[in-house]
Amino acid sequence: MNKPLVLHLGLIALLIVLQFVLPVYHHGVLARVLVMATYAMGYNILFGYTGLLSLGHAMFFAAGLYGMGLSVQHLGLSVGPAFLIGILASALLSLAVGLLALRTIGVAFMIVTLMFSQTIFLTILYFNSITRGDEGFVIQQSVRQIGRLDLSDPSTRYFSALALFAIVLLAVLWLVRSPTGRVLIAIRENEPRAKMLGYDTWRYKLAAIVMSGTVAGTAGAAYGVLFGYVGASFAQVPYSIFPLLWVLLGGAGTVMGPLVGTLFMFYLIDLSSAVTDAYMLVVGVVLVLLTMFARNGLMGVVRERWLKWLP
Amino acid sequence: MEFGPHLMLAMLEGLVQASVLTLTALGLSLVFGVMRVVNVAHGEFFMLGAVLAWWVTSMIGGSAMFGFAIAIIVVPLLVGLLAAIADWLILRRVEYDPERTIVATIGLLYIIQQVTLMTYGPDAHPVPPPFNTRLSLPWFEFGANGFEIYFPWGLSTTSYKLFVIGAAIITCLGLWFIMSRSKLGLILRATQLDSETAQAFGIPVERVYALVFGMGAALAALGAVLVVPIQQAHYLMGADPLLLSFIVVIIGGLGSLRGTVVAAILIGMSDGVISVFFSPTLAKILATLLVVMVLIYRPNGLFGARTT
Repeated sequence: MNKPLVLHLGLIALLIVLQFVLPVYHHGVLARVLVMATYAMGYNILFGYTGLLSLGHAMFFAAGLYGMGLSVQHLGLSVGPAFLIGILASALLSLAVGLLALRTIGVAFMIVTLMFSQTIFLTILYFNSITRGDEGFVIQQSVRQIGRLDLSDPSTRYFSALALFAIVLLAVLWLVRSPTGRVLIAIRENEPRAKMLGYDTWRYKLAAIVMSGTVAGTAGAAYGVLFGYVGASFAQVPYSIFPLLWVLLGGAGTVMGPLVGTLFMFYLIDLSSAVTDAYMLVVGVVLVLLTMFARNGLMGVVRERWLKWLP
Repeated sequence: MEFGPHLMLAMLEGLVQASVLTLTALGLSLVFGVMRVVNVAHGEFFMLGAVLAWWVTSMIGGSAMFGFAIAIIVVPLLVGLLAAIADWLILRRVEYDPERTIVATIGLLYIIQQVTLMTYGPDAHPVPPPFNTRLSLPWFEFGANGFEIYFPWGLSTTSYKLFVIGAAIITCLGLWFIMSRSKLGLILRATQLDSETAQAFGIPVERVYALVFGMGAALAALGAVLVVPIQQAHYLMGADPLLLSFIVVIIGGLGSLRGTVVAAILIGMSDGVISVFFSPTLAKILATLLVVMVLIYRPNGLFGARTT
């Protein structure tokens, strides 16, 4: 019996059922959570499995978002091809960033990714005649259709988000149990040893960055298509910090962790915003507490205590 | 104004910026050098310094001179103490692991920023400068009448700006004296060189770390107190000093205090001069890219010693 596969298929089934029973408000929140969890899963490939901490993933998210948004806005493409352009843009950006950033390690790698991301953000502001800068632009509801599917309709939107999430979830599950995934984990645990065993670790790390960045960009493009807004705030530092937070909270290096972390954080902010506007305070406190007391996150604890086989 | 006087004015403004940047970056460099951790919340200690300076001066009231004199002594101490407490409560618990420290200080960044937003509010407040005499500066020209000195309109600075430059120079000399001539400096350098051996020789490394983290934050706060009569205090003002300090510390060579000072003057000046003549966004893009390239091709910085 293939326990992990059954568990993750069960999760997808549960999410399909939830579509029919959730009240409208939570239904909308969950659709957003699924897209953001996809972003976090992309981040997890690099951080959780390969052990490279990037502080600049917002640039990949933004590459997908703007690659999609700008080709709809200025090239007049329909969202289908535009979505593919968004994915392609993030794949190319992650390849270029990977080639340069992988020359550094540790703290320097974090700072280099942070600064590349800052450069992308400033570039978006600089060309504000094309990108409309801080203000951003809206993708009209009439455009957001693929064939006869209206993606702005709540249930279609939920199912599209879920489909994206499910594909990425199963792909990540397959990846981390494949030989390639095992090499990535070996690099995380001990890179010199992986190198000694004859693996070209640089190549694997580059592949991890490209996969991670492309998934993040896909989530970005999907966000633009499903929620209809493209703005520079998605390229800013907080959007590089969020996936780190979600992954740490849910459990780095677990397949389901990103979803658990994203869900937890969305509702934590949702509930706390009833009390205060300064919701980033909650983010800060959770980050500090996490680094101090729960290094392995929620699913990490589940794996330690009960389910040793959890991938 | 002609090009010559204009350039001189830009360079003077750049020098004031460079002075503040030197202090802020020295704080970051000190923490990185001794503790080997990156403090992402450094910009927020800067912001806290500015906000507290406003708070102290408006609490005291009376003459601007007296309030400012109190602020410049009390505020760095307060911020330093706060940072030392944060170090003791949080960073000591994560065992100064470089990656976990970054995540923890990102958390700290948001906590400080949001608490300031909730108490101090979203508005910017100015602090009156303690003295602010306008000083006209001379310019020379080889004209039809030969060499002559005159005072072009608009070429001037204020006594306060000169004070900022002076205060930065004095602080740098003081820090140099502490690091190279005092017992405390000896302890700091020993901890920087090899914390385990230092511990074996009876140096209380954890307390030294708390002290260094406090000193780093206090330097940032001092820079902020100096800048706040020129630039208003605002709860989001920490982002730019953080980014610039990062750039300075990297270009100067991670952990090298001398390199930090040279790089701060270089970058503060060129930032001042570039943003007078070019678009500030473009200047920032170019500066950021330049730093990335330095970090990629010269990981030890331009002046950094080869470390292992």
